[in-house]
Formats: sequence, C-alpha cells, structure tokens
Amino acid sequence: MSRELSLLARYAENMFWMARYVERVENMARLVDVTQTFESPGREAVSWFALIRINADEEGFAKRGLAPTAEAVKRFYLLDGDNPTSVPASLEAARTNARTLRPLISTEMWSQINVFHRAMTAIDERELQGDRLSRLCARIKEGVQTHTGITEGTLFRDQGWLFYQLGRLIERADQTTRLLDIRYHLLVPTGSGEELRVAELTQWGGVLRAAAGYHAFRRVAPPGFTPSDVVRFLLADTHFPRSVALCVEQIEWFLGRLRSRWGLRGTVAALERVEELRAGLLGRPVETIIADGLHFFLDGVQRDLILLAGEIGTAFFRDWRPLADTAQTQGQTQG
Amino acid sequence: MQQNVADPFSSYRPGPYFCELTTDRPGDGGVPAAVRARIGAIGLPALRARAAAAEHDLINLGITFTVYTEANAIDRILPFDCIPRILTAAEWRVLEAGVKQRVAALNAFLHDIYHGRRIVKEGVIPAELVFGNPNYRPEMEDFPVRFGTYVHICGTDIVRDREGRFLVLEDNARTPSGVSYVVENRHLMSRTFPDLMAGTRLRPVDDYGLRLLEAMVEIAPAGVDEPRVVLLSPGIYNSAYFEHVFLAREMGVPLVEGADLFVEHDKVWMSTTGGRRPVHTIYRRLGDDFLDPTVFRPESLLGVPGLIGAWRRGNVALANAVGTGVADDKAVYAYMPRIIRFYLDEDPILANVETHICREKEGLAYTLDRLAELVVKPVGESGGYGITIGPRASRAELEHARAALLADPSNWISQPVVSLSVAPTLTDDGIRPRHLDLRPYAVTGRNTWVLPGGLSRVALKEGSLVVNSSQGGGSKDTWVLADDAPMAEVQP
Repeated sequence: MSRELSLLARYAENMFWMARYVERVENMARLVDVTQTFESPGREAVSWFALIRINADEEGFAKRGLAPTAEAVKRFYLLDGDNPTSVPASLEAARTNARTLRPLISTEMWSQINVFHRAMTAIDERELQGDRLSRLCARIKEGVQTHTGITEGTLFRDQGWLFYQLGRLIERADQTTRLLDIRYHLLVPTGSGEELRVAELTQWGGVLRAAAGYHAFRRVAPPGFTPSDVVRFLLADTHFPRSVALCVEQIEWFLGRLRSRWGLRGTVAALERVEELRAGLLGRPVETIIADGLHFFLDGVQRDLILLAGEIGTAFFRDWRPLADTAQTQGQTQG
Repeated sequence: MQQNVADPFSSYRPGPYFCELTTDRPGDGGVPAAVRARIGAIGLPALRARAAAAEHDLINLGITFTVYTEANAIDRILPFDCIPRILTAAEWRVLEAGVKQRVAALNAFLHDIYHGRRIVKEGVIPAELVFGNPNYRPEMEDFPVRFGTYVHICGTDIVRDREGRFLVLEDNARTPSGVSYVVENRHLMSRTFPDLMAGTRLRPVDDYGLRLLEAMVEIAPAGVDEPRVVLLSPGIYNSAYFEHVFLAREMGVPLVEGADLFVEHDKVWMSTTGGRRPVHTIYRRLGDDFLDPTVFRPESLLGVPGLIGAWRRGNVALANAVGTGVADDKAVYAYMPRIIRFYLDEDPILANVETHICREKEGLAYTLDRLAELVVKPVGESGGYGITIGPRASRAELEHARAALLADPSNWISQPVVSLSVAPTLTDDGIRPRHLDLRPYAVTGRNTWVLPGGLSRVALKEGSLVVNSSQGGGSKDTWVLADDAPMAEVQP
C-alpha cells in the first residue's frame, strides 16, 4: 500500500489560493476600519474613494455606474458579491477552494469556513452604518482569525501546509503595502508646525492600529518618532507579523522547506524573486524610499509579489500538464 | 421531570403496512420497544429540538448534495429523521446472503455476456436485450477483469411488502451513491441521540472506507507492489461531491479530477507538485460515457484521454468496470431470478418484485388482463418516465398504455403495486408512518463484503412512495442488531 505523501498540483494551487483569499478578507476589514477612522466630516466621499484607488478598483467601481459616495464604497466591498474584491466574493472563492480541498483539510476548518461564508454573504445593510461598521469589521477579522487558529491547530503539516503559508504570506505582504499606501491617497492634513505633526501622527497611528501594530510599534519606536519610523516598522521590521520584510523572510523559509523536506526542485526562480524583494526592502534607508516616493516604491513591491506568486505557480501549479483546452483554467482565473 | 408528557406513539397508526418499529418480529430482543419507550421519555418537543440541531450540524459540516436549477445551485442536506430503522440479526443474515448472491450473479452474467455468451445461446435471455442495450460495451468483449469482478460497488434497492418480505426493486451496478450518508447518519445519531442507542450492540458501519480500499488494492493490476488508488470525481459541481470527498478521505487516497490524470505509453499518471506519480486503481464516480473522450463522448472534458487504452493494456484497474450498466437495466432485472438460477444453480434468496415480461406471451396477456391493477414500466427509460400506475390512472391513460403495449410489447414490463413498509417518522403532526426502502452496499474485490444495514431512504410526504432525495426523500440511521438476543437486561 503506497502511502507516500505526494500532493496533487491542483491541491497545492487550491491551498495557496484559499489562504490568499482568506487573508484578503481580513485585510479588507482592516482597510475599511481604518478608512472609517479617517473619515473627516464633510469629506467622507473622498476618504472612502481612497479605498477604491488602493485596491485599483476604479474600473470595476465605475462599471457599476456608482457615484463615489461613502455608502457606495462600503456596499461595494462588504455587500457586493459580484465585485471580485469584496469580502463576500473573497470568501466565496476561499470556500470554493476549501470545498475542493475537503479531502485534505480538517472537518473543523471546512465547517468554520462554511459557516463564516454563510454569515458574510448575509451581511445586513444596517451593519454598515455608524459604529456598527467597526463592530462588523471586528467580526470579520475574528472570523478569519478563527480560521487561522483552527488551521494552525488542525491542518496536516505536509506540503499543503507550506503552500497555504506561501499564499497567506504573499497576500499579507501585499496587503500591508496597500495599508501603507492609504496614507498616500488620503488627504494630507493641513496646518503647520506642531499642529501638523500631531495631525499626521494621528493618521499614522490609525494605520498602525488597523495593522494591529500600534502597541508593538510603541515598544520599538524612538521617543520622538516620525512618520518614517512608522513606515520602517510596517515595511522592514523583522518581528512584526504584518511587516513586509518579515513576510518575505518567512516566504523564503517556507520555500526552503519545500526543497529540503519535500525534495521539490523548482524553487530557484522564486527564491531569486525573494532575494530581490529583500534587497529592495532592506537595501536602503526608509528615508530615501520616502524621499523617492513611497507610493511608487509600494507599487514596485506589489509587482514583485505578483512575479513571485507567478514563479511559484509556474513551478508547481501550472506547468503540470499541457493546457489542451479551456477546461482547466481555474488557476489562471484566480487572482 | 417530564413524566406527564404524552406518549408520542399513542397516536401512531401504521395502517395495513408492515411497520419497521412496531410490527412484532422474532429476535428483536425488545430493542424496538425500548427505542419507542426512550423516544417517549424524551418527548416530542425535545425530540424536535434535537432533530433540528442535528440538521443544523449537517449544514454546517457541509454534508450536502447540490440541486441545480436553471438559476443557481443550492446546497441541500438529505433530511435526517432521527427515529432509527432497526433490522434484526436474523433479518440481516437473509439480506446479506441475498445481496451477495445477487452480486455474484451479476458478475457471472457480465463475464458471460462479454465472453462466451452462454446465457444467450441457451435462450435464457433474449440476445437483443443484451447486445441491443445502449449500456452494452463492445470494448469489454474478451477483456479479463481480476477475479471476474465487474461490479465492485453495488447498491441493491430493497423494499418490504405488507408481510414484511424483502423484495429487490432494482440493482445499481454502475456508480451507486448514498453510502456516505449511512456512515454520517450513524455519527450524527451517536452525537445527537446517544441515549437512544445506549446499551444496544449494533453492527458498526465505519469500516466501509477500509473495506473499499482493500478491494481497490486487490483489484489493482497484478505485479504492482504498492498499488496507488485514486477516486476520480467530476469535481465540486457534481451533486454527489460530498460523497466523493467522504470516500476519498475514508480511504485516505487522493480525490482527483480528470485533469489531474494523464496517460502516457498506456500508463496512467497523476500530476503532483513533485512531478508525475503512477496510478493503479481508479474508483471512478463518472459514467462510462465520460471516462475517455477518445473512446466515448468526444466532447466530454471530465475524463482522461487514453484511459480505456491503458485499462485494456491491463495497466490500471477501474471500479466499477466499464459496461456494467447492461446488468442493472430494467429489462434485465426481470430476468434476474433466472440469471441467478442459471449461474449459481440456487433459488434467489431475495425475490424480485413480481415482474411480468411483456415480450413473453403469458406476460403480455397477464398485463393486458390486469392493467388497472399493475404498474407498467418501459424498459429503456429511467427516472420514472413513461410509467403508468394502474390504480391511479384514468381510463384514457389506461387505454393509451394498452395501445403502447400492443404496439411494442418487448418494450414493457409490469409489476404489482408494492405496499412499501413504513417506519415512524418525525413530522409536523407528530410521529407518523412514512414509506421507506433500503439500499445495502456491497463491496467486491476478491470476495464480497456487505456493509451492515445500508441507506434507509424515507418518503417524507404522507402516502408518498418516492424516496429519492431529489423529490423530498430523507434518510434514517439503519441499525443492524449485533446479537440474536440483545438487550436482555437493558432498561428502557
């Protein structure tokens, strides 16, 4: 009886994407939450439309013929299952992957994602209002965190687990760059001197809170910290779980495990991408990055992450058989 | 605490039917009575609450099948009725022997029609019924399968008449489904109603996956040291996907889709992250037509190009074998008692529902004489099409059936209306009798093993005889008592 733990290429791909979609849901909740806290009276629409830009959803949003109001944006991300970047759509995709993975994942994982999915496809319009929105975001985050906890405690640690981690970390790194980018798209506070400094720090504090990094940041930040310290923390800190650099470090480790523990060749190209990412993140002072334009730097990181995911896909998901027809395009359509 | 709760069985009236829980049977050891008493002690409100919680569990666990309508796909549970159906040890011995006998006959029949065709030559069954059948596969002719086993997984639909006699309604020799519910229903029952089962020794059902895997390993091509087994599914959009997951998990084998497999030099491989891996046995949950687009339906994307070639080379085993559909055909069913006698030289242990073959003179005459009392079925159709139920048909419908019969007698069989047995079932009106059937599952590699019990499907609508899940059917946990004299000292 053969009991070698090989993993179907398709399952590896599903693991990777299930993790990405779930992680995306959590980050969407964080983005909505921070947008809410930045909402300045009279300028709500501008604040909320920043969310559309961060997610590069201008086209999808415009296609719906929606006016860029706060309401429309909230609905677009929290209620609209037809918008592929919405919470319900991401969860739908996560659940579909999970459904495919049912032979591999634990019953508890499946059951939780199934119930969570049902709850999120039934979000009530009224939950988008006022203080209820923040509670909704908390509920979404908790749902994902429950998933993460159950996964940590029950998912069999074979190759599938490694692909799951890779998907999760790539998505998380990407989302942290978007969270950082929010500052670029938002109105820069006006005023001068100490007033401006405090106003800016308040905004950055909001970003940190959205990333659940506020307290940790206070532990490592110098007493008279500046915005660049916040950027450094989210980009390059090597202890904070949502920092891009830590995600990249872990990605490298998991890729290494695929090779050392499971004998998978084909990680070379992906590891080279990791190398480039790390050099970009840690190779020069954050002050220089900011001076050269943070937004464009973050765009570059997002592009590199896409290339990295592509290398993993090419090595392990996509070249596993000739695509003779259109039946097998699920991989290409996930995104 | 709830001593004053009315006995929910006090208003239960099974009528003229055999009741699976209240009709006295030798050797029940008092178990049905004890179960009735325990249900009475729980009381209707608590029973309902627990039943609702059980169904809620099924939804959350995604133990569902998918119903496709034009607009969307809806995940439904197979409604679960919490009052178990009980089979005594003696009853099970009969059922088990009968199912084994039937599977042996089906396999012998398939071997014969794809080899020497003795049964046709000796005139036991008409040639056109076999060779003119759309499920007859010429590709199978003279092709050897291991142990002569074609039907590795068989589901036998059995009903019970007013006298409590078991009758076979249908053989399912292609890809019978439903076995996952047998195991899941038992899990659900022991989670939600441990007090109903306490102290009763039942035959276990949870080794189905192991037995299945054993058989799949046995039938792998000879000479393979460590056969690799996979379950081939049409994918997540198939209505039975949950069952495919269940079986793959219980066997501990990969659940693959056609696109995960490929054939090279007549060998089957699956694509893994570490490259290709050989595949030796495929438990396929795809119909014959979809298996290999180079042999069968060219437009099908579900299968594996070249699979049949690899199979014919003896490099991979398929379960069930190709071409078994000819054996579970309605017309062939009518001949099953003769088929059993022909190959095994035994009387059938389980009778067919009395069937009149209209291609035969006596059968046609009998049918025309009693049209208003009989169910008339066309042999080629499935899913209930073209059936005339005499007692419920109008005069015009009967005349229509008569004309059709006379025009082409060989297309028809007739059967009496069977009064299906009933079992107490929890309904909005309390505990009421509902008709049910039983589908035991037989697994055959070198030998045949029958899962104790099987799936009891119950027609939830009052008076309905239709137990199909797509038409309002539900299911019950099916207990097979382990002992002949159980529960001597168990308290109600």
